Parts: sequence; C-alpha cells; structure tokens
Amino acid sequence: MKKQIFHIDRRGFIAGLASSAAFPAAIGSSVGSAFAQGQTPKHGGTLTTVAWPGTTYMNAAITTSGPESFLSPKFFDGLLGYDYGMVEKPALATSWSISEDGKRITFNLREGVKWHDGEPFTSKDVAFTFMEVIKVHHGRGRSLFADLETVETPDDLTAIFVLSRPAPAIMKALDGRESPILPAHIYEGTNIMENPANTNPIGTGAFKLASYERGVSIVMERNPDYWDGDKPYLDRIIVQYIPDASTRTAMLESGQADVVFLNFLPALDTLRLAESPDFEMVEEGYETSASNHQMDFNLDREIFKDARVRHAIAHAIDRQWIVDNVWHGFGVAGATPLHHEQRAFFTTEGVPSYPYDLAKAEALLDEAGYPRGANGVRFDLTIDPTPYGDESLIAAEYIREQLRQIGIRLTIRTQDYAVFIKRCWTDRDFDLCLYTAAMGADPTIGVQRFYWSKNFKPGVAFSNASNYSNPEVDELLEAAQVELDPEKRKEQFAKFQQIAMTDLPTLPVVHTTRATIAWRKVKDHTVDAVGALGNLANCWIEE
Amino acid sequence: MSASPTSATRQTAVPFHFLSGPLPRYVLRRLSQAVLVLLLVIVGSFFLLKMAPGDLVDVLAGNSDMTAEQMAALRTQYGLDQPLLVQLFLYMKRLVTLDFGYSPLNAAPVLDVIMQRWPVTAILVASSVVVSMTLGALLGVVSARNAGKPIDLAISMVMLLFYATPSFVIAICFILFFSVFLGVMPIAGFATVGTQATGLAYAWDVAKHLAMPVAALCTFYIAIYGRIGRAAMLEVLKLDYVRTARAKGISERRVIYVHALRNAMLPLVTMAGLQVSALVGGAVLIETIFGLPGMGRTAFDAVFERDTNLLLGVLFISSLSVVVVNFIIDLLYMVLDPRVELT
Repeated sequence: MKKQIFHIDRRGFIAGLASSAAFPAAIGSSVGSAFAQGQTPKHGGTLTTVAWPGTTYMNAAITTSGPESFLSPKFFDGLLGYDYGMVEKPALATSWSISEDGKRITFNLREGVKWHDGEPFTSKDVAFTFMEVIKVHHGRGRSLFADLETVETPDDLTAIFVLSRPAPAIMKALDGRESPILPAHIYEGTNIMENPANTNPIGTGAFKLASYERGVSIVMERNPDYWDGDKPYLDRIIVQYIPDASTRTAMLESGQADVVFLNFLPALDTLRLAESPDFEMVEEGYETSASNHQMDFNLDREIFKDARVRHAIAHAIDRQWIVDNVWHGFGVAGATPLHHEQRAFFTTEGVPSYPYDLAKAEALLDEAGYPRGANGVRFDLTIDPTPYGDESLIAAEYIREQLRQIGIRLTIRTQDYAVFIKRCWTDRDFDLCLYTAAMGADPTIGVQRFYWSKNFKPGVAFSNASNYSNPEVDELLEAAQVELDPEKRKEQFAKFQQIAMTDLPTLPVVHTTRATIAWRKVKDHTVDAVGALGNLANCWIEE
Repeated sequence: MSASPTSATRQTAVPFHFLSGPLPRYVLRRLSQAVLVLLLVIVGSFFLLKMAPGDLVDVLAGNSDMTAEQMAALRTQYGLDQPLLVQLFLYMKRLVTLDFGYSPLNAAPVLDVIMQRWPVTAILVASSVVVSMTLGALLGVVSARNAGKPIDLAISMVMLLFYATPSFVIAICFILFFSVFLGVMPIAGFATVGTQATGLAYAWDVAKHLAMPVAALCTFYIAIYGRIGRAAMLEVLKLDYVRTARAKGISERRVIYVHALRNAMLPLVTMAGLQVSALVGGAVLIETIFGLPGMGRTAFDAVFERDTNLLLGVLFISSLSVVVVNFIIDLLYMVLDPRVELT
C-alpha cells in the first residue's frame, strides 16, 4: 500500500517536473505521516545494513567521502538537523539567531550533553571543530567557511560564528554529516588527520562504536546517555561491507540484512523487491546528497566555442530515455544545473530545455558550418564516462548512437578512476566527460564549483572542467553567496539557471534520485531530509 | 601409507637425510632464488603501477573534494613528488627493515592490513587444497579402478561439468539455493559480525561461513585432480611393483591405497603447488562475491586506488607464501618418493 504511494509519487513527479513548485510539499507530507502511523516505537533489536566501499575514517569532519558521510552522523551530532525541505531543526544547538547584517550567528547549545567518554560537551568543542578541523581539512568546508573569522565562546553553552561577510549557505551545512562536532579534548594539539580517534570515534551521537574490522564490518551500540529522550531505539547497528552488488541483494532478500540505503542494490533488484509485499521502498531522505549526472563540454576545444554545437548535441540526447532505461526511473531528466531536491531554488521557468529533436540538431550543426562529409560524418569527438558504476558507460553508449544519427562520430574511452580524474581535471585531455557529482545541500556548496570561472583549477578534481567563464554568472553566484534575503537569492539562482542553460557549458543529463529498500518490519528509518545520512535514532524494528 | 612398515622406516630416514650435506646448500640456493623472485616482483609491479596514469592523491581527491594545495601537501607527505627511482629506493630501504609503510585509504599501516587479510586467504586456500585434493584423488582412484565402466563415465561427466563451470557461477548458484531459497547458510564474511562465540562454537561459525566459498573454489580443482589422479593411477597400476604386491597376496584395497596411491600422488602434489600459487592472489572473484577480505581483493583494490605501499606489501607477502609453499612441496616429493634427490 505504502509502496504504491511512493511509486505513483516517483512517476508522478517525473511527469510533473515542470510544475516543480507543487511537489515538495506533497511528498514531504505524505512521507512524514505515511510512516508507522499510530505505532509506538519499541526498544531493542539489531539493524543490519550492507554498503560498499569500506570506510577510511569514522567522522566526516576531515573528509567528504561517501562512507564517512553515512557513518559520521551515527557517532557525531551537528549543531542542527534538517526536516523535509531542509528546514533547520535543533540538534546540539537548541536555538540560534542571525544578526541583521548576517555576520554573527549565535548558537545556544544543549545543556548536559556528554561525549562518549563522559566528558561534557561545550562551546569550546564547537569553536575547535570549525576553526581547527573543518576550515582546514574538510574539502567543502574550506571554501564554505572561508569567511568564518572566529567562533566566540562567551560561555560554555554559547557559540557565536563571526563572519567577514554573510554566508547564508552555512545554515544548510551544519548537520552531523556535513559538519560533525568533534571533541576538542581528544583532538587538541594532535595531528588531526592521524589521530587514532578517526577510526575509534568519541562523539556525542546516538550510537557508540562497539567493534570495527577494517574493510569488513562495523558494529555500533546504543548510547544510553543520548540527549534525545529515550532514543535511540535500536540496540545495535551493523554495517557489513560487501563489494558485490548481487551479493548485497541476496543479503537483503535472505534476511541477513534488514535495510539497504543509498542505492547500494542494482536498480532492477530494488524495483523487483519493491514489488514484494515484504519490502518497502522509500525515495525520501536524500535531500543533502542530491547528485546530478552531467556532461561537460571542454570549451577549450575550438569546436565547442560555438554554442550552436553544444545546443545541437543537447537536442540529440533524449534525457528522459536515459532516465527510464539507464537509471531505471531513479532520476529526473536533466533540466538545470541545480538538483530538484534543492527545492528552494530549483526552477525550470524561462530555462531553455532542448527537447529531443534530431532535425533541429542537424540544422544547428549545418548553421554552425559543420556539414556532413562524403561519408556522412561531420566531425569526430571523444567522450569519457566515469568508471563509477555502470550507468555512465551505458549512457555514453546511448549518446554515441544518438550523435551518430546527426553525423558526429563519438569514441568512448574507458579507463579506471585515477586515469579518468587525471585526464579530465589535470591533463584536460577530453572533449566530453560524463560523471556524477553531488550538488550539495545548497547550490553555493555544490553547484557553483562547476560554473564559477574562479574555480577553473586544473589539477583539482570536480572543479570547473569545461573552463566556463561568464562574468554575469560569476556575479550572480558571488552575490548569492552573501545574500541573506531568501527571495533575492531565489531570483539570483533563477537567473543563473537561465543563463547557464543558455550557454550550456555543461549538460545536466539526469538529476539522480536514491532509494532505500527495507523489510517492512524496519520502521521510521527515514523521518527527515537527511534520512539514512542522519543518526537513525528514530528507527525501530517491529518484531 | 604410514601403516606400512617399510614406508614408516623411510619416513624416519628422510628427515635424517635432510641434515646431511645437500640440504643446507639446497636451502641456500632456494633462498637466493626466492630473494631474486621477490625483488623482481617488487620492482616489476612498482613500475607497472607507476606507469598507469593518475596517482593515489588523484584517487583521494576524486573521492573527497580537495584544493590544489591539499593535493600538493599530500603528494609531498606520501613522497609522490619525488622522482620514481628515488621513490623505489626509499621503498626498498624501508622494506629491508620490514617497514611496509602506510595505507592512507585504510588509515592503517600496511602490515596491519595484511595481518588482517592474510589469515583469511591462508584458511581459504588451505581448506580448498585439502578438500579438492582429497575428493579429487578419491574420485580419480574410483574412476581408475572402474575404468570404462558406467561409474567411470558418470564421474567423468560430473568432472567435466565441474571443469567447465566458472567458480563465480557456482558461487552465485550456491547463494541463491542455500541462502536465499533455503535460508540456511550465511552469505558473507568470515564469521558472524559481532559474534561473542569462542572455541568450538566460533570454529563452527567460521566453517559455516567458509563452506560455500571453499566449495566454489574447489569444484574446478576437484576435476583437475580427478583427471590427473585417474591417469596416474592407471599408469601406476600397470607397473611391476604393483603386480609384485598383488602376487604376494596383499589385499587389493591395500595395494591401491598404500602401494599405488603413494606413487600416483606425485603429479597431484605438483598440481597442489600450482593451485596454491593461483589461489593466493587469484581468488578475487570468490572473495568479492562472499565479501571475504582476502589478499586477492586487497591487491585488486590497491591497484585501482594506486596504493603502491599496500599493493607491494600484499604482493611481497603473497610471493613469499608461494615461494615457501613450493619449497615445502619440493620436500614433500622426497617424502613421497625417496628416489627424488635435492640438487
């Protein structure tokens, strides 16, 4: 029953993308109430989940890598949490206020919170974490908190962010996944990256580490002193790292795992299990990990300096076909540089959409002065799909066949991950490159990096690979970085989406979506915007 | 074979034989060969891995957003900014003191990672050698004794099936049947995660976890041992000493399993050496399917992560294991056949 609701929702919101303003509220409310309605959570039980690859660390303050993003919020809290639609809610901070000029953010901290080792949590931990760890070691934090000058700590339960200029995106990056608060008394005066606590976490979080076998498994046990009422409900969470996707499916299907988050099963297996009454598929709870699959045009190539060529290629690719057949419905056809989960800013209004139209594509190429040669070929190009998962390669094969129809001969180059990264971002030896990238909880965090001319940084992975430079776009992105008025920010991003899709340095191919698939006895694993990337303190098992 | 008085005296005579002249010389020669092999493995794989574009820091930066400064600092920290020969020299210098270096993606010293993975591979390989050799030899003997009869034909057909079916297909069939359909076997890992069991209960838990992977690794080798065993047995059964044994009125069972089998084991032992070498690094597929963190999977991941320290460490220990096993097998030849001499 519930499963069907979600099916309709997913198909429905693919179809109704144009009316993007309508869906967030609808989905948010249906999930919030549909789940475990009227049931009282029970304590006890072990939740087993499977994932891959294994983790390096256990906190996400020093890395933005995937495995840590999942583990960190279980062991560590952030200052804030996020309800559906990225609405801030209390976590370690019980209340907060932003000054008129946006340069001072005051957090009132929760009283009586203890670290797993019994030490009290204070404002000193907050100051230390942001100034010494996140600003220095966190990939996104370095730029996001660049304007954070200091964190004042007038008393143990007050932390004040002092900024050189306003930075509204910060408010969306304070959860236990993006900015977990680390214990100052463990890390102070040590080499932070090599501190043993990185694999033996001491946090304030709902779960403590019970045992860890590198690359194999992690066992967490309930933190009985957690500050959030009688939560968490689960006694233990077990994460088993399983490299083979089919084995992960077998684990879930045989009941040796209870839940699989983050699309760790093959899409077709997820859909097959979702048909069974024993399982429930949920697509909510991934607002902070929204990712786009996108294709960069290397604008250093003479041929791509003409926008008509880029537009022609966009017209030749049926993005909905890719969503339906390559992503098996787990996505929305690429429409703008943002992701539709960035609900406050995502808009398709006035944004060029490049509908699938081969005749138009051919006309544009003719117009641009690239007629078909004697053999029917206009010119040759290469494409480098990311060697991460199968989808990118299959999408590239589809694109090759599409471009062949408009007279472009496309060669697919496959390589392993290290070669791919080096080729596209260091050597810049590519025509088209195709990859998935996180768009962040806020466009300033995740989207700006691909379009901002100041982020054209050869050698840095996932920087502006197309070498796109448009002063107007730079201005809009920079203004949105410091704009406090949500309405004005919305306008800035709307304008940005229009220009970026007109210039089209990057073609958004798929706004990917993720799914959680669980045995029905697993309740309330997804209750807010961060879902599985939260602390799972609400999750319980019905026996 | 040890039941026979003659072979018993031979067995005690053999170790005695070891202590005299040829053995130390032999060990020394094998040792110098081993050092050369290890050196070639290290230097060869070092350059092969370095020839691949992209380095560890590219991979780290691809997984986790980094600035150019962070990347440069990491390259300096890991010594990746040094010329290749300097990097190799520094690595060899550390290796002499048995310092295998650090694996950033595991956030642990390479030796710790290997010490965690090696036992998994060792148990996996040892169990599959023992199981496949025993079953293979048994089937080979039964086939040879019944050569040309229906039972020989049946065994041949089963072996052909085992020989032709890839181990990963068998592995997936096992999982689907025993775990998903019947729900009786654990699918992944070396033991139940977080188990408190000790002693026999723990051994039983491990055995249950390893049953399917070991069986999947065995099928191909059962077929190999079976075919070799059958051929060797047929050959040996025609020899004069077997006829002599029979003429002396020794029971057929004894002739087969004591007199003939011992001789027929020689090619099987040779095969065991090859099997060990193949499985130490070559069980990647089985390790992947059953989520077993062995040496093969570790090396596989290290290549894609450009983790030179880890890859070289794994290859070093794996090659060392193979060299040692082959040495033991050479000694085993002498136990089985006293005519074999050390040279």
